[in-house]
This record gives sequence, C-alpha cells and structure tokens, in this order.
Amino acid sequence: MRDHLGRPLVAVTGIGAVTSLGFGVADNWSRLLAGQSGIRRITRFPTDHLKTAIAGTVDLPGGEGFTSPVRVERMAAMVMEEAIAEAAIGAAGNFPGPLFLGMPPVEIEWPVRFDLARRAHDPSYAGMTKQAERRADIYETYLYGGVGERLAARFGTRGAPISVTTACATGATAIQLGAEAIQRGECDACIALGADGSVHAESLIRFSLLSALSTRDDDPTKASRPFEKNRAGFVMSEGAAALVLENYETARARGATILGLVAGAGERADNFHRTRSNPDGRAIVGAMRNALADAGLEPADISYVNAHGTGTPENDKMETFGMRAVFGEDAPPISSNKSMIGHTLSAAGALEAVFSLLTIRDGRLPPTINHDEPDPSITLDVVPNVARDAAVRHVLSNSFGFGGQNVCLVLSGEPA
Amino acid sequence: MNRKSVVITGIGLVTALGEGADAHWDALSAGTQPVVDETTYAPWPVHPLPALALDKQIPKKGDQRQMEPWQRLGTYAAGLAIDDADARGLVEDMHLIVAAGGGERDLALDEQVNAELAESGDGARLNEMLATGLRPTLFLAQLSNLLAGNISIVHGVTGSSRTFMGEESAAADAVRIAHARLAEGRGEIALVGGAMTAQRWDLLLLYRGGEGLHQGPYRPLSERDGMTLGGMAGFLVLETEEHARARGARILAQLDAVASTAARRTVAGDATAAAKSLLAAVAPEGVDAVISGATGVRGIWGEEQAFLRDLNAPVRHPASLIGHGVEGAFPAHVALAALALSRGALFAPMDPADAGEAPDLRRVLVTGFGQWRGEALALLSRPTLTGAE
Repeated sequence: MRDHLGRPLVAVTGIGAVTSLGFGVADNWSRLLAGQSGIRRITRFPTDHLKTAIAGTVDLPGGEGFTSPVRVERMAAMVMEEAIAEAAIGAAGNFPGPLFLGMPPVEIEWPVRFDLARRAHDPSYAGMTKQAERRADIYETYLYGGVGERLAARFGTRGAPISVTTACATGATAIQLGAEAIQRGECDACIALGADGSVHAESLIRFSLLSALSTRDDDPTKASRPFEKNRAGFVMSEGAAALVLENYETARARGATILGLVAGAGERADNFHRTRSNPDGRAIVGAMRNALADAGLEPADISYVNAHGTGTPENDKMETFGMRAVFGEDAPPISSNKSMIGHTLSAAGALEAVFSLLTIRDGRLPPTINHDEPDPSITLDVVPNVARDAAVRHVLSNSFGFGGQNVCLVLSGEPA
Repeated sequence: MNRKSVVITGIGLVTALGEGADAHWDALSAGTQPVVDETTYAPWPVHPLPALALDKQIPKKGDQRQMEPWQRLGTYAAGLAIDDADARGLVEDMHLIVAAGGGERDLALDEQVNAELAESGDGARLNEMLATGLRPTLFLAQLSNLLAGNISIVHGVTGSSRTFMGEESAAADAVRIAHARLAEGRGEIALVGGAMTAQRWDLLLLYRGGEGLHQGPYRPLSERDGMTLGGMAGFLVLETEEHARARGARILAQLDAVASTAARRTVAGDATAAAKSLLAAVAPEGVDAVISGATGVRGIWGEEQAFLRDLNAPVRHPASLIGHGVEGAFPAHVALAALALSRGALFAPMDPADAGEAPDLRRVLVTGFGQWRGEALALLSRPTLTGAE
C-alpha cells in the first residue's frame, strides 16, 4: 500500500512513554485524560537564588546523582524497551532497523568539573584538562554521540545511530527522519524517539535568563497555562517517548498490530529571530501546510490539533494565528499536553505524537488544564480543563523550536 | 524509485590555511607548511583559525554579537558556500542540515566557580554565581541547533533545518541524508556542513579523556600519538543535477554516493570490515584517489590503513596539515575532494604517509573513521560534460 506520493505507508507498531506523570504509556495516558499535572517543586538540587523552583522532573530510581546525559540514556532505554516489546519485533538486542534519537545537547557538567578541579588542586581549564587523562568515563559520557551509541549497542539497532536536535521540535524531527527512511526504502523498520533530562540548575538559570519560564513557584500544578490569559512562561520538564515505525505492508505481513500511521511531516525554518517567530507567521503556517500537503490532506480532514502550546505569551499567540491562517473559521479543537506535563523540550514532539495516536485510538481529546480565564485574543476551542469524546481520524501535531526550527506531523488512524 | 543525480555546486571552506577554494587549492596543490599554535594550549598544539572578515558574511553587528566564535565560523563558511554556488537567490527553499557540537562556555566564570566551590560543591552558592554571572544571551550561542538557526537568520536559508549531533558521524550522516533527500526529490537544493573551533579549552578537556590528544610539538599525522585539533568549517551546496544545469550553475563534482555505519569496535578488524562493506555499495569499481578522514587517534589509524591498503589508490591525509575538525572534518574533506575534481588534479602529499599520484583524476573517495565510533565513505566524481557548461 502506497501513499498519494507513491511512498510506502509508515505504520506505528509500538510506543513507549515516560513523563513526570509516570512510567509507561498506559499510566501517562490515563493521567492526561484525568487532567492531572506532573509539575512540582524541585528537590533534586537546591533552588536558592533561582527565579523558578518548579519543574516536571522524572525521578529515576537511584538517580539522584545522575547528570543529564545519563538521565537521557536511562529514559530513552525505558521507552525503547516498552515500544519494542509492544511491537514484538526483532529479538532481544537485535532490532531490525536504525535508531533516530532526538536529544538535547550534552556537555561536561558541574560535578565533573568540581571533581577534576579538586583532584588537580587547580580550578583552571588547563589543570582540569591535564587531570582528564585516560578518563574514558568522562569522554564517553559527554561525547555527543555517546548516548546514541550506547543505545544502539544495547538494542542492536542497525547502522550509525542518528542523534538530532531542533530545540523544542527535536522529537518531531526524529520521527520525521525515521518516516523518511522508510518512505525512501532504506529500511522496513526503525525506532524514533525523543528524550530530555535537562533539569539541573544551570539549564534552569539559562532559560530563566531568557525570561522563558513560569515563576509560579507557590502553585506548581497551576504553573503551566497554555492559551490562558494569565500564562507567563513554560515549565521545564523531562521525559521520553519512542515509536517503532514500520513499512505498513511488512508490518501487516508479520501480523503486527497497527497503532496508526505517520501520514506526513512538514518543516519550515524561520529567519526572523533566535527566540521569536516572524510576526507574519510564515514559518509556522508553512510547516503546518507542508505537513498537510505531505500527507495529501486538506485542512478540513484534520479533526484535532495537538498544540505546541508552551504557555509563553508569544508562542500561544503565534500558534493561534497559525491555526486561523491554516484552518480559518472552522479551526478544529486544539489542546496542549504541556499544561499537564510541562515542556519536555527534546522529548515533546515524540511524546505528543504518542498522545496523538492514543487520541485517535480512543476517540478522546486530552484537555488543556488550568484554563481559568480565557484570553480574549485566543478564540480557539482548547478543550478546556476536561477531556472529551470525539471521532478523530487525522491529528496535526505542532512543534516549534527556538532557533526557528518548526516541524509538524500528521498522525492518522489505520487505513480502513 | 527513480534517483536523481546530485552535484556539488558550492563549497565554503575555512581552515588554518585560509578561506575559500582558491586559497586551499593554491596551498594544497603546491604543498604547504601547517599553521600551528604550539604555545597557547601547551602541551597540546592546535591549528588556529585565520582572521575572518566577518562583516562580509555576517553584516549585522547585532548578529555577530549574538554568537561566539564557533557559530560565527559556521555561519561565515555557510555564506561562502552559498556565494560559491551563486545561490543567494535560492535560499528560501534551500534545505539545511548542520552537524554540530556545542557552543563556547564562559570559561572565566567556570574557573571562578571552580575556585570557590570545587571543594564544597555548595549548590546554593552555585546557583547564585551562575544566576548573576551568566550573560543572558550566552545560552543561544551555546545551543547546538543555533548554528543552523543563525544560518537561517543571517543568510535566509529556510527550506528546512536539522542539526545532527555526534562528532564525525553526525557530519557524515548530515551529508548522507542531504544527498538522499535530493536524490529522492525532496527539494532541489540543500546546504550541509559543520564547523569546529579548536582554540577552546572546553573541547580539549573533553577529547583529552579518550585515547587522547597528541602532546608536544607538532608532528605529521602519521607520527602523532593522538589528535591535534584544527579549527575548520566545511559547507557544501548540493543540488540535483537537473536543477543545477537548468540554472546554468557551475558544477564542481558529482556526489555519487554517501554511506555510513557504526562498528562496535569490540574486536580488531571491526572498523576495517565495516568500511569494506560500505565500499562495496559506494565504489565497487575502485577509485583514483582517497581523501582520508583519519583523526590521529592511534587505534583507529591502523584500522583505516588496513582498509586503504586494499584500495590501491593514492591517499592524502588533510589532518596532517589542518588538524582534526570533528564535525567540520567530513564536509571539509568532501569539499577538498570536490575542489580537486574541479581542478582536475590531486593535491600534493600532505603527510609522509601520503604516496602515489593520480594522473587521471575521475573518482575520489572520502573516508571517515570517527575518533570513537562511526565509519563513513563518500564517492565523488568528475562531472559529466553534458549540457551547457
């Protein structure tokens, strides 16, 4: 079976998820539908002197001392296990296709710097560098290719693992790369995921200095307020999601259960500003339209949009603008998972793709919680506060990144 | 599916030897001495970047201020490639894949924090020092995907934008996927490349922990006991051949095939075998010359030499003269191969291990044997002379 461009259909046959709401797809989905928030006070490190002391952390068993790449690798492995088990594909340690890993940039972190400086009795980089001789542990942990290589080795994926970052669109880019590999016939199966475990003091401070974060520390579960009048920034979060993607025909032939399709993907880069969209909305509108065209669909075919919906004043305004430009007066309902799990950054696009597939499967739209006071300039149906039933065949999932990297996916139900 | 032929119509090249195609051709065809800084980061030598006239490629001072040297270098070289391809008018629908590490840290602040807190590890005080010490915009200069973001902002490249991470492999896969997307008809023109600045303690610290950096005075690649980093950027404008010919673009070389894999390297011979399996798909008919991506890491040097022996073709090792450029290396080496093909001759030997000449240069293989993981090959050939040249 081929799509409107003559390409193999891309099926999803296994999914895995972890967020601040819990471990595993089932637990996350039921909590999302119940409108629960995973945002809480940070306990991982002291929050003195920080403007923001809340986050959607994933607290890994025994993981108090983990640095970011270790957290990313652990969560990635969890969601890969879950997705591969559901797909029932390959054998243990022998996955029959490549790995597309969306993850944050990594770098040596403070515990390592302090350790090297202590051992060297020298706080300088020259001192630390001398001290780093034969420290393969540091080298392999903080190499950019380290996490991908260890996951590839553990799961036996094929070829060179691809690690990708497009800021807040990273998870969607990983899925797009995987779908393209199947469409061009490079493979019949692959695994695409997004993972992020960046909640540490320095990263929180960096986002704070850009005035991007909510500071509603006294009321964590109310802090993420996408599309609502009093929204004032996103909440930094952690999580991961993985999708086993397969050529629809080979998946059917092996008797796999089809969870849905990645029917299309579209991109458009913005050249306006490092952290803001062009006020003309060209790039986000272009990405949404390109995704629809890639899937061979008209705007009217979309019955629900999984929002980027970060809860920053700017994003939600521009996303609304984009929705109206693409869908006109008949814009479908749109809701933001980030109201409950916060902004999982490199994982967001993958998590939201997973939740989009579940929306189709169950015919149930997850809500946008914390919708207390509507913003008069946002006239969209944001599925306020309570989940509801709806027949959904095609979902558009938006991801818009810092640096102007915008990716939209179309997720669809199995062809009748 | 019908695959389209893909060609290289522009290169943007910056190394310690200079910038641009002509400077590199002149230096490397005649034979040249390396430019090395042996003192600033002693005992680790580095190949420093040449002075760049940033205003030529990044006209707004505000844009320059938002970046640190790594992003400026990459953005600058991307502009050189676009100019070289005469493609300024094609940027709106140009696709972009960048191979990136991370941007510079505030080293002075890091050392100040270390001096005060390394012993105590006081988290509250760390917060205070970072919150008051970090420049707000430094984050944007550090983010890996913001090199691509700056290329979009400064040069207007907006077709799409992806950033691959993972040292040498990331760069090879960036070129591979940019090539594959054009070949299957996803767009007509793409910009792909990477950059790395060697004059950075934070990178020396990272790479020191592996099999190590070469220590002591400069030695040619084949005599090193580790990597010598070299600041470099390599960007390529790739186009479908029909698009390039339709607009009358100058074609430097055809990019026939790019392939990559990642041997686990748990047993000797792993990486050699992996590269051999790629060769069967990339260049089954042999090649006239090789541009080697050897990094200087000793273990993998032997694996590559074993692979090269069987190829029976003259080899040039650019890292001997320009150092190892990690994410910048593979695209820079592809650019060098395209340059040689466009001038119809191979470069002079770059290292005592370089031997052989290629009197009739038609097909050049570029190798990539990553410092830790990743094997990759690219095959370039002299463009066919059909159409209006």
